[in-house]
Amino acid sequence: MDDAPITLTQLDGELPRHDFAALLAARALQLPPRSVETLQVNLTKLCNQACRHCHVDSSPSRTEALSPEGVAAVLEVLARHPQIGKLDLTGGAPELHPQFDELVRAAVRLGKQVMVRHNLTVQLDGHPQTGESKAYLPAFFAEQGVEVISSLPYWQEFFTDSQRGKGVFGKSITAMQRLNAVGYGIEGSGLVFNLVYNPVGPYLPAAQAGLEADYKRELRDKFGLHFNNLYTITNMPIHRFALHLRKSGQYQAYMDKLLAAFNPAAAEGVMCRSLISVDHRGRLYDCDFNQQLGLVAEAGASASLFDFDYQALMSRRIRWGSHCLGCTAGAGSSCGGATAG
Amino acid sequence: MSNYFESEDLAKFGQIGRHAPKLAEDFFKYYGNVTATDGALSKREKALIALAVAHAQKCAYCIDAYTTQCLETGSNPEQMMEAVHVAAVMQAGITLAHSVQMYNHLDKLVL
Repeated sequence: MDDAPITLTQLDGELPRHDFAALLAARALQLPPRSVETLQVNLTKLCNQACRHCHVDSSPSRTEALSPEGVAAVLEVLARHPQIGKLDLTGGAPELHPQFDELVRAAVRLGKQVMVRHNLTVQLDGHPQTGESKAYLPAFFAEQGVEVISSLPYWQEFFTDSQRGKGVFGKSITAMQRLNAVGYGIEGSGLVFNLVYNPVGPYLPAAQAGLEADYKRELRDKFGLHFNNLYTITNMPIHRFALHLRKSGQYQAYMDKLLAAFNPAAAEGVMCRSLISVDHRGRLYDCDFNQQLGLVAEAGASASLFDFDYQALMSRRIRWGSHCLGCTAGAGSSCGGATAG
Repeated sequence: MSNYFESEDLAKFGQIGRHAPKLAEDFFKYYGNVTATDGALSKREKALIALAVAHAQKCAYCIDAYTTQCLETGSNPEQMMEAVHVAAVMQAGITLAHSVQMYNHLDKLVL
């Protein structure tokens, strides 16, 4: 798979009807920031996988990672802002960052809810560049009480391996068994294990509740596995997925599908209204998708982890793009799944 | 036009109302009420039925539309292919069942 960074942005050759800001204006919808409840930090673009839909273009050859000064700044911002209750660690595979364990421990000590976007296979693959084992992760997660959120495109091998690579489904099942073994997803343990579904192509996710019931039944019956919640997430038309759509002549049809499914209730609940995204250089964004598109938050000097100003961020104007149609289609989409009923 | 059944024509379905808008409106309302809602059957089950009918009726537009709809309502390729087999076996069964008519007539003709 081609894992080189892709320079094509969603802004190339965009049609006027896909202008998200104009759509909001036409419907008299205003979506200002509500809060910063979550600091979502993209610790590293390095990953042991190279998925076909990855909006970060992560792969085993990427090297970008948050500096030690950046890690210290994350903790300083968290310590200074009791209203920011959640630290959401993503990547790449965030566990491949050299200070991952240290950051998790320190954030937990600050009383924050720590969430890790854990791709499961890193437990078995280890560090793709150093070979360091990551088999300790389930026990570490349990010890720290972090919430584990993992992608599993489907409860069958076909869809999962199509999207995430050959052999990923089998490894994911093994990794899930190890998480269950330390209590994750087991009733009464208090250890939360959520799964993420996203479509394997340019179509919208099925209803979250129905899919969750399918996943729970099939994973339990076939593999004896347990988890807490399933989040459905729509594929964002940017980077690697956008390139696939353009190459296969499906880009405009997908954008039209997202537009036709625009849901004002989903728009109200978009995650950028209560989250700030941080990149490996400490720059701030409205969401992880804007981060990958280089759309820095409109907050002047405060668009930096090193000059974090809560009030300035609250008064910023969220930067919209055509990709925002992905978060507002159908039942909506966010890092926590559907945003509308 | 040089070709019949262009895939882009699927998006023109709404144009059936050009010379009969009220009838088209009635049809689309009925269509939506039947296919786009969970009723005694779920949207997922209805999409699988529609996929099977699309194959039985050999409608390329409908096959495209309901392949997508099946995925968007949570079906997987195994379930979708089983639905196509239901259509296939029904058609085979209907053909074979008509042999009763053949035998009825055969019995009349043969002394």
